[in-house]
Amino acid sequence: MSILIDENTTFIVQGITGREAVNLTRECLDYGSKIVGGVTPGRKGRDVHGVPVFDTVEQVVEHNGGRVPDGSVVTVPPAFTKDAVMEAIAAGIGLIVIVTERIPRGDVAQMVEAADARGARIIGPNCLGLVVPGVAKMGGIGGPAKNTEQAYQAGNVGVMSRSGGMTTEISSTLTAAGLGVSTAISIGGDAIIGSTYAELMPLFEADEQTEAIVIYTEPGGRMEAQLAEWVAENDSRLPIVAFMAGRFMDDEEMKGMSFGHAGTIVEGKEDTATEKIARLEAAGIPVVERIDAIPDAVREKLGAAA
Amino acid sequence: MRFYEYESRAIVRDAGIPVTDYGFARTAEEAREIAERIGGPTVIKSQVLTGGRMKAGGVQFADTPDEAAEHAEAILSLEINGHMPRGVLVDPRAQVKQEYYAGVVWDGTAKRPLLLFSDMGGIDIEQVAEEHPDHVGRRHFSNLLPFSDFQAKQAIADAGVTGGALGRLTPIVARLARLFRDRDMTLAEINPLAQLEDGTFVALDAHMEMENEGMPRQKAVLAKLGIDESEGTREGHEPSEFEAAVKAIDSADHRGVIQGKDTGFHGNLGLVIGAGGGSLTLTDAVRSQGGSPANYSEIGGNPSVAKACGLAKQVLQKDGVEKIAVMMSIVSNTRVDIVARGVIKACLELGKDPGETIAIFRIPGAWEEEGFKILDRYGVEYCDRSVSMHEAARRAVAKIQGAPA
Repeated sequence: MSILIDENTTFIVQGITGREAVNLTRECLDYGSKIVGGVTPGRKGRDVHGVPVFDTVEQVVEHNGGRVPDGSVVTVPPAFTKDAVMEAIAAGIGLIVIVTERIPRGDVAQMVEAADARGARIIGPNCLGLVVPGVAKMGGIGGPAKNTEQAYQAGNVGVMSRSGGMTTEISSTLTAAGLGVSTAISIGGDAIIGSTYAELMPLFEADEQTEAIVIYTEPGGRMEAQLAEWVAENDSRLPIVAFMAGRFMDDEEMKGMSFGHAGTIVEGKEDTATEKIARLEAAGIPVVERIDAIPDAVREKLGAAA
Repeated sequence: MRFYEYESRAIVRDAGIPVTDYGFARTAEEAREIAERIGGPTVIKSQVLTGGRMKAGGVQFADTPDEAAEHAEAILSLEINGHMPRGVLVDPRAQVKQEYYAGVVWDGTAKRPLLLFSDMGGIDIEQVAEEHPDHVGRRHFSNLLPFSDFQAKQAIADAGVTGGALGRLTPIVARLARLFRDRDMTLAEINPLAQLEDGTFVALDAHMEMENEGMPRQKAVLAKLGIDESEGTREGHEPSEFEAAVKAIDSADHRGVIQGKDTGFHGNLGLVIGAGGGSLTLTDAVRSQGGSPANYSEIGGNPSVAKACGLAKQVLQKDGVEKIAVMMSIVSNTRVDIVARGVIKACLELGKDPGETIAIFRIPGAWEEEGFKILDRYGVEYCDRSVSMHEAARRAVAKIQGAPA
């Protein structure tokens, strides 16, 4: 199986006529995903790679005989993202992947709060979406279908990453090592995101296909501490292996500088790579120093669990 | 985006929070005029974007306008933590009965704003929280529902405040919470929030930081403070020559994104790397293999040949750079052949042999076959995804260490 999406998942693309959105629509369709409509206000009647475009989410639902799509990929400019997400939530869509970056935190917090109130889940913002190898993908993750096929093969490791590109690098490494991937999620690089590691863990826990987890982490924020707490409080069957990038940011000279992603900035003592590594390891999560060390670390953990 | 104290106080005042009758001066003469207007003892405070003013001598007390001018003169030429002041704030010396603390920050785990209040103001709130947790009220609040005064009242009462002070503090703290939300702040802090001998409350110091992503919609606030776009986001340091040059190349062409930083980097191996997470990983990889990066960079979003070339040229022209390593995690959007063309062009235009200058090229992914063909032609060592990021970094470091000085 998988988490969040499967072969039957239907979704829409909000902002579908944008350059990047046109590409990701093509990529997802080629990969076998079911895109049932697109929304760009004022562009009703067009189509993007055969996907009909509408002015409102409600029109898509109407066009599909009243069936609310399972998800939406939102890729509209930052100033309009909140409104687009609110529209998706209001329509009853349950899974919203926000690709857009540079959205103010205040807007993200409002979207997350509204989603929580309606039982919807947000992935992102500032993410590439998620992929279930060989089944479906939702978002630009992995790029064109043939590239995605090359990097992602079905297996038993769940991947969660604060970097979209590194989701693919890690999954490719797992694929080459013969372990493969159950579901890979680019969770987003911002200071506030819809779904953190700890919030996604119960889903992986319930997924029979997943036998281990790999996370990619960075300095900044308390998401890793939250995961360490989750592991301490829950008797999880899933071993976790972590990779921490941005260790150089712990240098005195780098204090207060942001690298890579908006959320990647050391603001307090708890944010540093050193502090996070210590916390993760104390929770029994080994933090490897090289990407190519991940498969062996996973095997070792799986061997210990068996 | 960081604000000076005099700006933060104006932001607070505009939100309806009482402040003292302070003035901002850029010269000693202006400071004297403000002190004359105030007509009593004053405090002269350096306006710098760094902490530790008091310790460094950036805050002085004056009894007369002449003394105010003298102190201003001295403070205006006093560098604090590498920052020169933009001016001084001249403040009436307040008769303080008690100091409180009020602040709002984001809690990324709760995904909500967090309101903090303490009746032990004037000192660092983290220290208070550690040593006197019962004197700190902490309350998360919704970012969707309107902020209601009782939420401020709860936080204040949590810190043990009651009586008349509770009633007078509540609207002030509520305004601070609303201002945090309305103005896209990441930090809104009044410390101390002082009760004066006459019973009134004023913000005696304020610290505000606005989220960079919020700036486009806060233009009116910024304009009112006299801040124009040339000030950027007031990062902790002035951009270096390299950083400014890379930024200019990036702005000149909308296709793709390049970024470069060299503040804090002093090595001899130039890095032309990407994207966000890949760059973090590769910078660590070079260091863990014993290498010394000359810079940090990011390539993303499929830049043009000119842009990739521009970044590589800037890196190659940095003092002490002997070779460059061109590396990324697997790319799906950025084209390998375009980056290859760009970095080779940079070498050739600077009269360097690409085969000698590029220590390693490790960018697997879209259009890699086309890219590898070009690299072959110029004798550049490259590798595909079967060579890990750390192994590629090792090869680059080995080359530069084996190279004749």
